[in-house]
Amino acid sequence: MNAQENPKQDAGKVLLEEIQKPIQHPKAGSRVLQVIAIPFLAVVTGLLLGGVFIILTSEEVYAAFRQSFGSGLLAAWRAAWQSYVALFTGAIGDPARIVAALQSGDGLEIRRAFNPILESLVNTTPYIFGGLAVALGFRAGVFNIGVEGQIFIGAATCAFVGYSVSGLPAILHIPLALLAGALGGALWGFIPGWLKAKTGGHEVINTIMMNYIAFRLSDWLLRGPMKAPGQHNPVSPKILETAMLPRFFESPIRFHLGFFIALAVAYLVYWFMFKTTWGFDLRMVGANPHAGRYAGSNVTRNIVLAMTLSGALAGLAGANEVMGVNHNLAMAFSSGYGFDSIALALLGNNHPLGVVLASLLFGTLRNGATRMQVAAGIPIDIIAILQAMILMFIAAPAIIRTIYRLRFKVQVEGAVTIRGWGGKS
Amino acid sequence: MEPVLELRGITKRFPGVLANDHINLDLMPGEIHALLGENGAGKTTLMNILYGLYQPDEGEILVRGKKVEIHSPNDAIAAGIGMVHQHFMLVPVFTVTENVMLGEESTRYGDFLDTRKAAAQIHQISEQYSLEVNPDSYIKDLPVGVQQRVEIIKLLYRKADILILDEPSAVLTPQEVGELFKIMRSLTEQGKSIIFITHKLREVLEIADRITVIRAGKVIGTTRPQEADESTLARMMVGREVELVLEKPEYKPGKVVLKVDNILVTDDRRQIAVDGVSFEVRAGEVLGVAGVQGNGQTELVEALTGLRQVVSGAVTFLGENITNVSPRRIIELGSAHVPEDRQRDGLVLPFSVMENLFLCTYYKPPFTKGPVIQWDVALKNAEELISRFDIRTPGALTNVGALSGGNQQKVIVARELSRPIQLLVAAQPTRGLDVGSIEYIHGQILDRRNAGVAVLLVSTELAEIMQLSDRIAVMYRGKIVAEVLAEEATKEYLGLLMAGVPQDEARKQVGPIEAKAVRGRELY
Amino acid sequence: MNNRSSYHRQLEEVSPLRQRVMGIVFLLFALAIFVFFISGQDLAAKRASFGLTPGGAKPELPPLIVAVQPALYLFAVLCAVAGGVQIARGFKRWTNWILGAVVGFFILAFLTWAAAGKSLNMAGLLSTTLVKAVPLTLGAMSGILCERAGVFNIAIEGMMLSAAMVGCLVGSLAKNVQIGIPNAGLWIGLLAAIGTGALLAVLHGVLSIKYKINQIISGTIINILSTGFTSYISAKFMQPYPELNNPGIFPQWSFPGLSAIPFFGPILFQNTLFVYAMFVFLIVLQVALFKTRWGLRLRSVGEHPKAADTLGINVIRTRYMAVILSGMMAGFAGGYFSLGSVGRFDEVMTAGRGFIALAAMIFGNWMPLGAFGAGLLFGFADALATRLTILQIRIPSEFMLMAPYIATMIVLAGVVGRGQPPAAGGVPYEKE
Repeated sequence: MNAQENPKQDAGKVLLEEIQKPIQHPKAGSRVLQVIAIPFLAVVTGLLLGGVFIILTSEEVYAAFRQSFGSGLLAAWRAAWQSYVALFTGAIGDPARIVAALQSGDGLEIRRAFNPILESLVNTTPYIFGGLAVALGFRAGVFNIGVEGQIFIGAATCAFVGYSVSGLPAILHIPLALLAGALGGALWGFIPGWLKAKTGGHEVINTIMMNYIAFRLSDWLLRGPMKAPGQHNPVSPKILETAMLPRFFESPIRFHLGFFIALAVAYLVYWFMFKTTWGFDLRMVGANPHAGRYAGSNVTRNIVLAMTLSGALAGLAGANEVMGVNHNLAMAFSSGYGFDSIALALLGNNHPLGVVLASLLFGTLRNGATRMQVAAGIPIDIIAILQAMILMFIAAPAIIRTIYRLRFKVQVEGAVTIRGWGGKS
Repeated sequence: MEPVLELRGITKRFPGVLANDHINLDLMPGEIHALLGENGAGKTTLMNILYGLYQPDEGEILVRGKKVEIHSPNDAIAAGIGMVHQHFMLVPVFTVTENVMLGEESTRYGDFLDTRKAAAQIHQISEQYSLEVNPDSYIKDLPVGVQQRVEIIKLLYRKADILILDEPSAVLTPQEVGELFKIMRSLTEQGKSIIFITHKLREVLEIADRITVIRAGKVIGTTRPQEADESTLARMMVGREVELVLEKPEYKPGKVVLKVDNILVTDDRRQIAVDGVSFEVRAGEVLGVAGVQGNGQTELVEALTGLRQVVSGAVTFLGENITNVSPRRIIELGSAHVPEDRQRDGLVLPFSVMENLFLCTYYKPPFTKGPVIQWDVALKNAEELISRFDIRTPGALTNVGALSGGNQQKVIVARELSRPIQLLVAAQPTRGLDVGSIEYIHGQILDRRNAGVAVLLVSTELAEIMQLSDRIAVMYRGKIVAEVLAEEATKEYLGLLMAGVPQDEARKQVGPIEAKAVRGRELY
Repeated sequence: MNNRSSYHRQLEEVSPLRQRVMGIVFLLFALAIFVFFISGQDLAAKRASFGLTPGGAKPELPPLIVAVQPALYLFAVLCAVAGGVQIARGFKRWTNWILGAVVGFFILAFLTWAAAGKSLNMAGLLSTTLVKAVPLTLGAMSGILCERAGVFNIAIEGMMLSAAMVGCLVGSLAKNVQIGIPNAGLWIGLLAAIGTGALLAVLHGVLSIKYKINQIISGTIINILSTGFTSYISAKFMQPYPELNNPGIFPQWSFPGLSAIPFFGPILFQNTLFVYAMFVFLIVLQVALFKTRWGLRLRSVGEHPKAADTLGINVIRTRYMAVILSGMMAGFAGGYFSLGSVGRFDEVMTAGRGFIALAAMIFGNWMPLGAFGAGLLFGFADALATRLTILQIRIPSEFMLMAPYIATMIVLAGVVGRGQPPAAGGVPYEKE
């Protein structure tokens, strides 16, 4: 009678139950393996297919196949191998070079050798914020597809505070600028949140619309009010030094405080969502708004709160980029972080720890792809293809299970059921 | 005579459940064959197999002596089998004609719909079987009874001669049920055969030619109404003697706990659903609200528990005005609510039993210290309630969605009744549950009443109302049309009131009512 | 038997609050005309000249000369009267039409004011509007096909982008193919574009129908994939080899006779294939959805799939068909960008039009004709934005370009009444 109906279950709990059943392969560590199996295999499969794509679009491979089948295979292998080696060294660094640099003791050389891995962390930072934003939304039952726009607005408000407020010491200016970024993003999340709560207008459409409004708005800001005097390009003035996030090493290493702020925020989000009554409230309303209302939660307030917090996290991503990396606001600087964040949240099972790990992966890939473009002539856009495929395998774990003939079942929790674009449901 | 339909050894397994276990069943031409069983006994599964929605693991189906394979509703329709589902399969934004012809459209000039031709055909069918309906109405504008007629027309339009009716009386008043039975008779007179699925003993005895009882997926036996009575059928259905009458201590009403004064409430479409309702519930009594589904009971309960806006009027709880205050405030004042739709409102299915057991109190000590939730306290609380309320679950951390319906309801009851409460609002507390769970929950409700809690019980099951209530209010079209002491109520009398017959006329029709009329006989 | 529908009487037909708010909105429009366009401006002697012939077309019509001040007063008074009547007794179910008219008056007033003392080519503006409406309407129809069958499609953008790229690439490769029809290469390119849309739609279908993943996420996957894939191919092949990015462009084709009709002729009957195709698809889809068996079944699957299933309609197959047709429509719209508009592929050239198309679909209440109306409205905002710069009006064109997004959010908020989206949208069909 018990297993009569078996609706969506928490992945972790399913695993626990699986483990309590008579285990077929009682290997130690299989528990961990099962938790990470799907994400791991999704990433591996994504990379494999990416390799196939690289081979298929390589002219050398076709040329080699025209000579002979063997050399064609060799060329294919080489094309994929070289690309991924470039990706790896671009992302992590060249081990040989690191060893050599350490032996030489030359400071600049050591910095250069370690730059790739630290640069990967720089790339990771906005992903952590963006992923947390989407994950928090999913847990609270809202689908924030507007991270992109929120990043933009957060960056704009942060940049404004960064260059216009002067005379503050860094210890005040940095938090103020971060706060401004968070508030900007929060506003951009609040509007669709409020619209959903009050009118039932669906947040997916509304956040998409808000994205484009944000783009147009920043177009206008950068051509008009926020344009740096004397600049020909549409960029804002440079933020003051007191608003820049401190960097830990000398140039060329851009690694800055933002990464640790991101980790701290991730912990904070974890604590908030899983340890406090407010977080429970949000998750309850997210999992079942009707029951939330019945249990005395203020559903309206929770939806608005969730979208606002989600927007604030996204805004921090924008602020982080302005204060830590770019030091000004330029057009289209955030290209794609918003949509990638959805992949990150799902890859990390909407859990802050998972989001951090997924962000490390994506940040590394993104950084490595830059190097791959230079070294192997593979356009950086390969990264979007990889991300799309990883997202696909994460969202449809059944594909992975079929490919690898896995027997256990893990469900990704937190994907909100979308029903109807408008109207209260 | 050869049966029009024969099922042989039908077996269907779901993971962990044997839903149908070698079921044999036959249906004679012109016969009404009732399939009787508890919720979850496997009736609906069997019919879904017959209609091609499920595939059986074993067994065969014979139609007019010939073996048929039914892989889809298409095959079923081709074999002349039609089904009226418990939840109507009608598209609300389509017209009657569009709904009826969907899948079997009359067309002209290729693919263009010929609505007029279909409408004429519908008209002809409704004449022949006296199923009155306007082909051009939109389904969303039609009352439930008429929607059911559309469903039947759908089958006749497809020339089905084996009709399956799945719990057709659940949404109707006793009088509407009578109307339905007339239609069923006229159908069988014209050569149709009907399988009538229900869990209501009385209806079976009234309409069926033969009765097959199934329990836990097995056929227990087939009988005829002349050879059976309610208690034998109940025993077959449940598998043991059923306590048909509950022991109830004397009725000693205390102070007024809940006072409802002339409230007006609208539904989601801003149409008036509760129209100037007033009543009181006192400590230590059960006030039952009887009525056919959709007469404003849902909205009334939601208004009383703060889930729906009250347009005008006042609700007072222990002297405090709680009109349009938040649900949380009402809960904190000492009100408990067993909601009508337990999976939608009462539980967070992906959450654990533990979390669901403190859903209304998680924000208060001892479950919190400051803003931080004390999970160890929550776990201890859960373990205690699980053993006290006999919730069958693998553990406190199991998802509540993995439990059976009865145990899910027990989780709600445990959560609501374990708080110190003064008022219990229970809406359809036993809908869809097995007999064991029903008995348990009825016992719990009476326990609270005896302990001095004011209970408002809303149910569409007349038997439940009559068995538990001290006083009964009948709701019809958003109004309380009558309030009577339970001793003075009979099923016939309440049925007339539920159908909108004025009180004096209803009294005239049923004649003098003996106090302590047979109570609790018709639990099923 | 009881007729319970009479019990369900409405509390109020149109809420008096909404009636009054609408009235005030109308009055505000009147006030805005007065404040922004009339007061404090030297308009007494000014005239506005509206050109009635698109650039270069024959026969040329004399421009329409309007005295600015009386015209503005007329529009303001019309809005004010509408507002007064609305507050006094309300237009009831005509309210939304009157709202449309008031907005129309406001736009006309705005144009009159903007063109005061100058000349504005009205016909050119409308002609641009129509052209800009083409990808939006085609995209919206793609959305309608999908969503009417109960599958959300936010991947219109990605499908259009991929189709634009593949269409351009194939068109360029096939440029010199001779099969006896003019522009054979372009036609082959267009077919490739449609095929690309269909292919991506199959992916969307497999993910959201077979694997039942969240349809928004499935759409997002396709959008990310398309951006990456098209930019990758563009960077690796189309930029280094310009001959791979030069398919040519579908020529304009005038209807003999009809294109000579003054004013309307050049606007409607001197266009490329895509404009005519849009009109054909529009009518076909509108009729097919609501008058044929095919449409009835498709809509039933989007409204109540279980009911359709019990009547022997194959829900899964119907949904696949709808999704694939949707992809083909998006692919055709994608072809417009590279083969019908500019004759080359640029990275991310759809620039969010897929999302505006989605907005047009919602705005048009999931009806092809409604979506076309919305497409025209949004196209008009787009066309006007560029004209404003030319007329040296000090309203940033960016704000003009925001209008469609803001309008959509207002519609979704239910301010002008609720739409009726397909009831089963977004929910994967499970046979239990």
